[in-house]
Parts: sequence; C-alpha cells; structure tokens
Amino acid sequence: MSQTATVNERAAPAHERPSYLFDGVTLKSWLLTTDHKRIAVLYMISITIFFFIGGSAAALIRYNLIVPEGMIPSAETYNRLFTMHGVIMVWFFLVPSIPVTIGNFVLPLMIGARDLAFPKINLLSWYLFILGGAVALYALFVGGADTGWTFYAPYSTNYAQGNVVLLVTGIFISGFSSIATGLNFIVSIHRLRAPGMTWYRMPIFLWSLYSTSVIYVLATPVLAITLLLVAFERVFHVGVFDPRIGGDPILFQHMFWFYSHPAVYIMILPGLGVVSEVIPVFARKELFGYKFIAWSSVAIAVIGFFVWGHHMFVSGQSLYASIVFSLLSYFVAVPSAIKVFNWLGTLHKGYIRFDAPMLYALGFIGLFVMGGLTGLFLAALAADVDLHDTYFVIAHFHYIMVGGMVSAYFAALHFWWPKMSGRMYPEMIARAAALLMFVGFNLTFFPQFILGYLGMPRRYHSYPPEFQVLNVLSSAGASILAAAYLMPLVYLVWSLLYGERAPANPWNAKGLEWETPSPPFTANFAITPVVTDGRYNYPKPETSEAHG
Amino acid sequence: MLGLPEASANAAQADLLIGGLVAVSAAALALVFGLMLYYVIRYRHDSPVDRGKIAERTFGFEMAWTTGTLLIFFGLFIWGAVIYVQLYRPPSDTLKVYIVAKQWMWKVEHAGGQREIDTLHVPVNKPIELVMTSQDVIHDFFVPAFRLKRDVLPGQYETLWFRPDEIGTYHLFCSQLCGAGHAAMIGSVVVMSDPAYASWLAQNGASGTLAQQGQELFIRYGCSGCHGGHGTVRAPSLIGLYGSPVPLSDGSTVVADDRYIRDSILQPEQQIVASYAPMMPSFKGVIGEDDLLRLVAYIESLGAEKQP
Repeated sequence: MSQTATVNERAAPAHERPSYLFDGVTLKSWLLTTDHKRIAVLYMISITIFFFIGGSAAALIRYNLIVPEGMIPSAETYNRLFTMHGVIMVWFFLVPSIPVTIGNFVLPLMIGARDLAFPKINLLSWYLFILGGAVALYALFVGGADTGWTFYAPYSTNYAQGNVVLLVTGIFISGFSSIATGLNFIVSIHRLRAPGMTWYRMPIFLWSLYSTSVIYVLATPVLAITLLLVAFERVFHVGVFDPRIGGDPILFQHMFWFYSHPAVYIMILPGLGVVSEVIPVFARKELFGYKFIAWSSVAIAVIGFFVWGHHMFVSGQSLYASIVFSLLSYFVAVPSAIKVFNWLGTLHKGYIRFDAPMLYALGFIGLFVMGGLTGLFLAALAADVDLHDTYFVIAHFHYIMVGGMVSAYFAALHFWWPKMSGRMYPEMIARAAALLMFVGFNLTFFPQFILGYLGMPRRYHSYPPEFQVLNVLSSAGASILAAAYLMPLVYLVWSLLYGERAPANPWNAKGLEWETPSPPFTANFAITPVVTDGRYNYPKPETSEAHG
Repeated sequence: MLGLPEASANAAQADLLIGGLVAVSAAALALVFGLMLYYVIRYRHDSPVDRGKIAERTFGFEMAWTTGTLLIFFGLFIWGAVIYVQLYRPPSDTLKVYIVAKQWMWKVEHAGGQREIDTLHVPVNKPIELVMTSQDVIHDFFVPAFRLKRDVLPGQYETLWFRPDEIGTYHLFCSQLCGAGHAAMIGSVVVMSDPAYASWLAQNGASGTLAQQGQELFIRYGCSGCHGGHGTVRAPSLIGLYGSPVPLSDGSTVVADDRYIRDSILQPEQQIVASYAPMMPSFKGVIGEDDLLRLVAYIESLGAEKQP
C-alpha cells in the first residue's frame, strides 16, 4: 500500500505533532473531544467498568450454585443478580464492545480518513451510552429487577418486583447510542474512503463493522418500541402483553427476539472481523477467500433478521412457523462455517507466529466452532424441545459470546494496543493469560452442556443434589476465568507506564493504520493516503530457511 | 445417555437425534482442531517445510464446503422436524389431564375428579394429553426424562402429549422464569403400572368426575338457560359439539377443541357460530381457570352423545 503526496499545506511534519493522547491534557479536552480515538478510549474505560461489574455478578452466581440449596439465602437476590449480569453484559458490554472501542479507533485510520463522518454525533453517542448506563446501574443498585435480561411479559409488566421501568429506560437510552454509532460507521464507510480504497480493498474488519452497523440501525428501534410498551403496560396497565387485560404474551416474545436475535450478530460479527484481520498478519499470508468472508458477514446480517422464532419452539407459536424458523436457522449457520473454513485455508502454507493476538484468535476459532456446533442442536426442533431453557443454552451462548466474542475482543485489544497506547505489553504474560482464559473458560462452561442435557433449567437458585458435581466444576472454572480476566487489566495498565515504546508497525502488518505513528496524532494522516493495493498481499518471508 | 432415563417413546427418538448431533459435531471439531493443529505446527514461521505453490483460485473450495455444510444441515433440519411434528399429533385415545399452573405450584386435575399438587400420576404405556394453562405468568412444564417441555401460558390452553413407557418417578421442572419461587416450582411425574394406577385413582376418589362437577357449574353459571338440552333457538346446542367442525359467521370453520370452547366462554364475540346473533356475555373474570376446565370437561362429555 503506497502513498503519494497529496496537498495538505498547513500540516506540520508528522514528527513535530503531539500524539492524540497528549494533544490537550485537561479533563475538559477529553470530555469534550470529538476525536474518534479519544472517544474510543472513553468508551474503553466505560465498558471495562461495566465488564467487571457484570463479571462480579457472574462470580456471585457461580458462588451461589456451589451447593444445591444455594449459598445466597434469598432466591429473590439471586434472580436480581442474574438479571444484573445479563443486562449489563448484553447491553453495556457485548453490544457496544468491539465496534465502539476498536472500531471507533481504527475505522477512520483504516479508510485513510481524519475522523468519522459525524464526530459530534460520535461524542453524543458516548454521552447517551453513559447516561443510559448510569440510569441502568442506578436501577440495579437501588433494588434491581428480577425479570432476567429477557423481560418476558406478563411477568415483567404486571408481576415482577423492583425497578423494571427504570431499568428499561436505561437500556432504551443506550439504544440511541447504538443507532448513532451505526449511522456514523455506515456513512463514514460510504463517504470517507481514501482515493483508491475500493470496497474489495477494504480491510475485512470494515465489512463486519458495516454489517453490524446495519443491524444497529434496523433492529435497535424495535427493541426501543418493545421496552417502551413494557413500561407502558407496567405503569398504565394498558393491555399489550398481559392476557388478563387483553394483551398477548407471545407478541412480546416476537418483538423482543426480532431485536435480540440480530443483536447476537451485533455481538459476534465484529469478533469474526477481528479474527479475519489477525490471522493473515500472523500467518504472513493473504486472507483466503476474501470475498466469501466479506459477503458472509452481509449474509449473516440479512438472514439473521429472519430466525428470531427459533427462540420460541416451545412457546406455543404455530408448528409451521417453527419449522420455517428451524430451516432458516440452519441457513444462517452456513456463512459462519464458510468463515471457519477460510481461516483454515489462510493458515495453510503460512508462516505462523504465536504472538498474543494470534493465540487469542486461535482460541476464538476453537470456542466459536464449539458454540456454533451446539447451536445446531438448538436449531433442531425436537432437540430444542428437550434442551430449551436449560443450562445447555447457557453454555451454548457463552461459548459464542464469551468464548468467541470476548476472545476476539482481547485479540483486537492486544493487536491494536501498541497503536492505541504507543506501548508494548509484556508478551509472555499476555500469552499466558490467553492460555489461562481458554482453559478456565472450558472448565466453566463445558460442564454446563452436560448439566443442560441432564435437565437442569436455567435461572434456578437451588437445584436437585445430583447436579452438584458439575456445578462445582463450573464454579471452579469460573474462578480460573476470573483470574485470567484480571491479568490483562493489570499488565495493560502497567504497560501504559512502563511498557516499551511501540514502533509504528510492530507486527509488520499491512494496512493504513500501521502507516501512522504509534500513537497517531490527532489528524491521523499528514497527507491523505492513496491506496493502490489490497490489504493482505504479504510477500513470502525472505528467510533462507523458509525454502530449506 | 449419561444415566438420564428415557421414560417415553419421544425420549428415545430425541436421544438418537442428540446422539447424531454429537457425532456430527465431534467429526466437525476433529476436522477443525485437527487441521488447525496440523497447520500451526507444520507451518510455524521457523519451520523449513517447503510451502510450494499457494492456491490462487479459491472458488472450488468455497463451493465444496458451502454445499457440503448445507447438505448436512438440511439433513439435521429434517430429522429434528420429523420428530417435532409428532409432538403435535396426539393419538385419538389419549387420557386427558388438566394442569393449572400458578406462582409457584402445579395443580393437576384428573378426569375422574382426583386432584393433586406438584405431582402427576399417570399409567404406563398409555398416551397422556395434558391441557395446560396458567393463572398468572408464563410457566413451562418440563420433564427431562421425557425430553419434553412446553410453555404454559396465561389466557389460553396449550396441549402436550406423551406416552410414558417406563415405571418410575421423574423430575418435573418449571423452566420459564416465573418469579422468586421459580426454582421451587418443581415436582414429580409418577409413572405407574395399570393396577397401581387404578388403585391410586380409587384411593383418591373425588365427589364426582370433572364432567359431573362441570355439569353443576353449567347450571350455576346460567349456561343451561340458553345452551341446555337439544334446544337450538337462542344458542347452538352443545350436544355432539366436541371435536366436530363449527361453521362461523365469517364463513370460516373451526374444530371445537378445548381451546375453542375455552375461548368461546371468555370471548364469545370473537368467534360467532353461523346464523346466531352475538348475544352471549363474556365470562372473563367471572369464571376462574379451575371452573373453566370443569366446564370444558363437561362440554367434552356432551360430545360423546348423539346429535338429535
């Protein structure tokens, strides 16, 4: 990828400019910034806090389930804990996660732009996120709600205790933040690509961010309407979902899953993009099947809108609807399988290195495949009738969301950390954390597949004694996982102060973001880059032993 | 599998399907992990192995694995659907049991008038059909030993049938979050031999069958004023109604099953029988679920009588 000089008269030479981190050092210069890189940092700090709050709730859940009668005396407290865990992790960590942090930071760099299309809307989106998050946290800490993150009616509208209305208000507000981010990404990718950056020369990560953004914009309004109706019925007793006052409880499930199924693709698509980005760099090889990987993201985003009914195979929806939704659910799994095969094709005949981002990415492939395959069980109608609402489902979506998405988040974080912070982290400790996460994760969640098959329902504060051994195993794994998650927090913060200074391109990777200094200065590029080449054309390493 | 009893015909079929899914998954995992390990070891950066020519054209590979995946997925879809459809086709000779769920208990009403809470006694090798509804929120009737569950909804009947084929006592769980007592809303299904079941019924004998109790309610709620006997002047006769097609005023036809009868009592204006005026008052909020199912049982019993 080469650059030719384009006119940018007033710009000072790159080496004389302060990096974005020091271009203004007051608190005000951070809180009122419109720089996409600073907003990414603000988001990163925010979602890290949410991650550890949601994680603490998870730790308490696993603590409770060590003994059959429950370590936490009150079932009601337990119900509030898993509601808190679900709400925070889904809406305040997983849904924003990669797009608002890594995406916000690298998207303009990758397309050779100074910023996103609407920098002020970008800042607004962070404030909406913080406002929504604050309202939700307030609701959770002054009493919480016991509905689960799914808010099933009529329980949520007329029976549940607690601050349901306040909690859904928080989620409602944060939804606008998602929409603003999605809109910003879509417009930026359409309008701000540097000369020569054609769609098929774009980094594959941008294809996945684009697909994600489309879902943000199209699905989030449906969630907003659904939550509004829940609040409406709860406050004014207007019959929408509760049959006692003339509503229909299945309607709620249709509306909720019409958002929430595409939302799982909001959560995983950026992860798929990150892994597609990391693997070619550390295999020193062109991405296998670029166009298939790119279009498979779009296919997932589109088909993902037509599979919501697979959450309702035992809900009383019509038999024929269930059959159609089952078939479509199998279809939506095909593009994911295509991606996995293409990653393997990329590894084939590569020159593979095992730096920390690559270890996270390889771990992702394993866990994502496990999660995907167990999804086939739940898409099979008769198997779902058995496994639905058991721990099998919990294990399945944690394999995708935590094993997959969180691994991808760490892969992205380690991959772009030198660019974002200007510092290198301690490599061996990072590799150890990646391995520990993989082991801890499997120990936590694999036993839950068996628990689910044996019939343990989800959201149980207490359980029959025969399930105890597997629950104890799972809780033991969770403690390892917790330690593994704390490690990056420590060594990444440490690296900010004591880490080695990062070169502009520590991985010897292709891509415009690596042609800027680490960390970049505020305007990103001194001259607008012109792209003449695809992203992934890695030459064979010119080492003699390579041909030995 | 794994020591979980297969206590119904459906359980064996579901286990076979799950076993098939495990086999497909194991093969896919072996393929992916095998290739991944093989490649990362063989093609690690300092490995001297000759890479040779790298595939330039990828289209053939893409088509091959896309088609392969689609075919396997389609097979799994069909397999799952075939078993699932059977769950919606109960045989005609089922033994009907009514379930009313509420926070946080299962109330069970047998046709003979026997009542129990959190326990369901059924005879072995006989198809059982549950007619279920909830008094408050959504619950879910889940018996792992049968590999079956179905949501129990307020405001409507859901049915679920199974044929237990192993004597024993099995877990019954509520598997839809229903509040603080959700995890305590558990009970058991007791599958008994025919003689044991008969003596259980006798020992728990009630003051009359559900249909007989329903007949008293039919008079008490004033239903008999219009629907009584063979008269068809003000309202259609209910004799011979159950299970037969009913022509509606909008030209469509419905089969008079439990759900239709329940809906007609609570929302009579929704489905008007052809050639009748919509004059029946709604009994919503007047008749509770317990009484409703007795009325339904009574009207079902009228179905056996001959039409005039």
